[in-house]
Amino acid sequence: MKVPVSWLSEYVDIDMSLDDLAHRLTMGGNEVDAIERTGWIDNVVVGHVLAVAPHPDADRLRLVTVDHGSGQAEVVCGAPNVAEGQKIAYASIGAVLQDAYSDEPGKTRKLKRSKIRGVVSEGMACSVRELGIGDDHDGILVLDDSAVIGTPIGEILGESVLDIELTPNRPDCLGVVGVARDVSAITRSPLKQPNIDFEATGPDVNSLAQVEIADPDLCLRYTATVIQGVNIGPSPQWLQDRLTSIGERSISNLVDITNFVMFELGQPLHAFDLDKVVDQKIIVRRATEGEKLVTLDDKERELESEMLLIADPDRGIGLAGVMGGANTEISDSTTNVILESATFHGVNNRKTARGLELASQATLRFEKSLRTGLSEVGLRRATKLIAEIAGGEVATGIIDVYPGKGKEQDSVRLDSNHIERILGLKIENAEVETTLGDLGFDLDADGDGWEVKIPYWRPDISIPEDLVEEIARIVGYDNIPITPLAGRPPQWQPQPEMDLRNRVTDALSQAGMRETISYSASTNDGEARVALPAETTSALKLRNPINADYAVMRRTLREAILNTVARNSRTWRGPIAVFETGRVFLDYGEGLPEERQMATGAFAGPRNELHWDASTVGSDFYDAKGAVEAVLDDLGIEAVFKEGEDATFTPGRTAVIKVASASHAVIGVVGEVASGVFSQFDAEVESVAMFELDLAAILKVMQDTGTGLDKFKEFVRLPASHRDLSLIVDTGITAGQIIDIANRNRIVTSATVFDLFEGKGVPEGKKAVAVRLIYQSPNKTLTTDQVGKIERQILKQLADELGAELRVQ
Amino acid sequence: MIREITQAFNEMGFQTVEGPEVELEKYNFDMLNIPADHPARDQWDTIWVDSDTHNDVLLRTHTSPMQARVMEQGDPPIRVIVPGKCYRYESTDATHEWHFNQVEGLAVDEGITFADLKGTLYEFARRIFGSTRKVRFRCDFFPFVEPGVDMSIEWNGDWIEILGAGMVHPKVLEYAGYDSAKYTGFAFGMGPERISMLRNEITDIRHFFSNDLRFLTQF
Repeated sequence: MKVPVSWLSEYVDIDMSLDDLAHRLTMGGNEVDAIERTGWIDNVVVGHVLAVAPHPDADRLRLVTVDHGSGQAEVVCGAPNVAEGQKIAYASIGAVLQDAYSDEPGKTRKLKRSKIRGVVSEGMACSVRELGIGDDHDGILVLDDSAVIGTPIGEILGESVLDIELTPNRPDCLGVVGVARDVSAITRSPLKQPNIDFEATGPDVNSLAQVEIADPDLCLRYTATVIQGVNIGPSPQWLQDRLTSIGERSISNLVDITNFVMFELGQPLHAFDLDKVVDQKIIVRRATEGEKLVTLDDKERELESEMLLIADPDRGIGLAGVMGGANTEISDSTTNVILESATFHGVNNRKTARGLELASQATLRFEKSLRTGLSEVGLRRATKLIAEIAGGEVATGIIDVYPGKGKEQDSVRLDSNHIERILGLKIENAEVETTLGDLGFDLDADGDGWEVKIPYWRPDISIPEDLVEEIARIVGYDNIPITPLAGRPPQWQPQPEMDLRNRVTDALSQAGMRETISYSASTNDGEARVALPAETTSALKLRNPINADYAVMRRTLREAILNTVARNSRTWRGPIAVFETGRVFLDYGEGLPEERQMATGAFAGPRNELHWDASTVGSDFYDAKGAVEAVLDDLGIEAVFKEGEDATFTPGRTAVIKVASASHAVIGVVGEVASGVFSQFDAEVESVAMFELDLAAILKVMQDTGTGLDKFKEFVRLPASHRDLSLIVDTGITAGQIIDIANRNRIVTSATVFDLFEGKGVPEGKKAVAVRLIYQSPNKTLTTDQVGKIERQILKQLADELGAELRVQ
Repeated sequence: MIREITQAFNEMGFQTVEGPEVELEKYNFDMLNIPADHPARDQWDTIWVDSDTHNDVLLRTHTSPMQARVMEQGDPPIRVIVPGKCYRYESTDATHEWHFNQVEGLAVDEGITFADLKGTLYEFARRIFGSTRKVRFRCDFFPFVEPGVDMSIEWNGDWIEILGAGMVHPKVLEYAGYDSAKYTGFAFGMGPERISMLRNEITDIRHFFSNDLRFLTQF
């Protein structure tokens, strides 16, 4: 809402700087985004046209002699309206003016001394557009005769406009008077209400027109006056200026008045040409389905049965509270007018405007459910201005059809101790009364509080807390004390899902991976790239996605993480080790979808940052497996990696992660992403290893098996013996098979493969495996002989079952 | 950042809880005193779920629905802090994202006042922005609180809005089955990305979801 300060000052005296005022309004809830200053231009002053002579060399140009207070100047002027004796805005050389010929808004140019068709122009007579205060460029701006020659133009045209970002609860501030009322309460300076008195000398209004409300649920009040014999014409300058100052266009005196009152008081109005209303009878009714109406913008609208229509006995003549009809529009030949000021149902009005995509200034106000009291005030104000400006005779009495009478909440009970209960600040009764009084509330002291009457301009007030806010915002939030939150903190409730996700996130971060966050939506085709299992639910579709790339809620994090890898592979030469924890959305068709927490990570590119002491090999399956192991180790879960199948991954390079102690529950998968999948991601790395952990499954395992909390186990204090074995086995034998055999012996407490080698020195089809065994007895120190004996047993078992031979160095 | 924010409140007795991202209209709007077709809904441009059977399912536009859910599930005293992803039908630019995080807080008990709201949020601002940073509270409007508050901090000579807050609207308490004559409370909500943008001098909110290692490795 734009509020010109000169307009605001009509209703309240402002005795502080604009910056202070803007600050106080902002603190009180009406946020002033900016103070725009227009019309203040250096080197532009009031000039007096002394003489107008023809240009010797151009028919459409004239030579104008201007007295600008400190001398005279001759300017070349192309404006058709320039005339001797006028007061004009004279710009001398050096003035920076709006470029009237540029399509680019706000573009300025500096005025230079120039020859126009052979004659030097010592400045310029300015148009409204050149001064940056309006759009008109058909002629120069002619100032009032009383303007003093030589006065800087800012003193006459300068305007400061408060650009206020209104909150949706304050339709009263969609009128300048509403803002003035806030200013009045803040500055304790009285509000000067606009005059609404007029003289009615015409015939009884009921003899000239009738109004009937057929659908009283949608029209709570309809007030109207009739003015006969009006003169339609241009508005007086002050009215045009008011509208121009808030960026509205002047149309004709009558239409301008209805707009002016809307911006002054917040009540939308509409004037009909009474002679075009059939039988001079207005019926407020729902439209019939498919009924047509040509609105003021000359568009034919097809209406629905819930849209409220202003009609005469034959046809629609306006869309209630949205836009008037073309058939009864005020024209130059209009002489008799019926002026409407009504209260329409907010929600219905909003639906109609939305349904027709017709956002109007009227709807902006009506949709906030205005109070019925405002309509009569607006009607009287506009009627007064019409009689004053457009002349004519006002009919006696007003039409007032008022089905909503008595149905609105009238007052709010405010207990004085309630204020302290909410604010934590005691406010004296006298201050409550002054503050609310300044805002226009009538208070009836009653026991320990007041019965507070709701003013006609404040539909947002309905409960005592609303009044507490009114008091607090004027007293100032700054003046409310600051106290720490006391009292009992609530009982702690376990949040296992969140705790697990945080632990996994921490473990993966500590493993050197980077956490990423992707959009939670994708497309069916996008997700199909990772070959989701057939049993996956169908995706949750969005009715109005932000764009086609985010049409459905994601069912997997795999696509997101592969996108992340691919995108980074084009710009990042170091290791790519990324993960995401987040929700996937599984729609089972009933109720809300399951939001399942997953953790997915990937490794691509080199394993290490480039460094003389680090290998330059690429990351692979084992990096992904290692990250999973780091997580599971942190969680205290013993899992096994079993070769498995998953269409996202390369067969034979895929392991399903299972927990044996929890009925072999599957908690995730790790593997190398199938080339057929990864090739669809436009990456600049060859391969990527990925894991996925199903956090919901992990949580279930932890709850079922009671894992998660490490329990102390007494450790053996006797010394252990370490022995390394170097074995030659067939390449088909896995390290796991060797370790399983070694672990059969109770004295072996640990068996670890620490080297693998194929190639030179090892026969074709064989590989060398180095295993470290740790022997330890819980109750005695083992001798070398005892260890040697067990070792020979293990070697025999390995030879018998796997064909392993001891490698001869 | 989110955990730093929640931790600041955890230490004031607020417990972190989470709620669904795909939410019912009832919790996202109705129980928060934002009725259907009400102009107040204009503050939240909503992305709706397309379903043959349900037209009341949406992507939550704030984490505030957890206010209603938490109150529905338990009795006072309540002190919760709710981080999570939110979604709005909003075009994306350097300062706007359709997909963002929010941290919401709620405290309800007997005797909670606006002064407690200020005390709690001042303490939070001190933790996150340092004790010398200027903080101001001004009147603002959100349908689920009354009085409503906007907390801003001074940043390079400007006031930057950090969070919206207010005393829980009696209707919201009543919808959840609480006696508003007995209990009062305050609620607040903030955008961790915006706070991080200020503190870490990040110029474009879109970086947060770009997953670009050139961005991520800086933090």
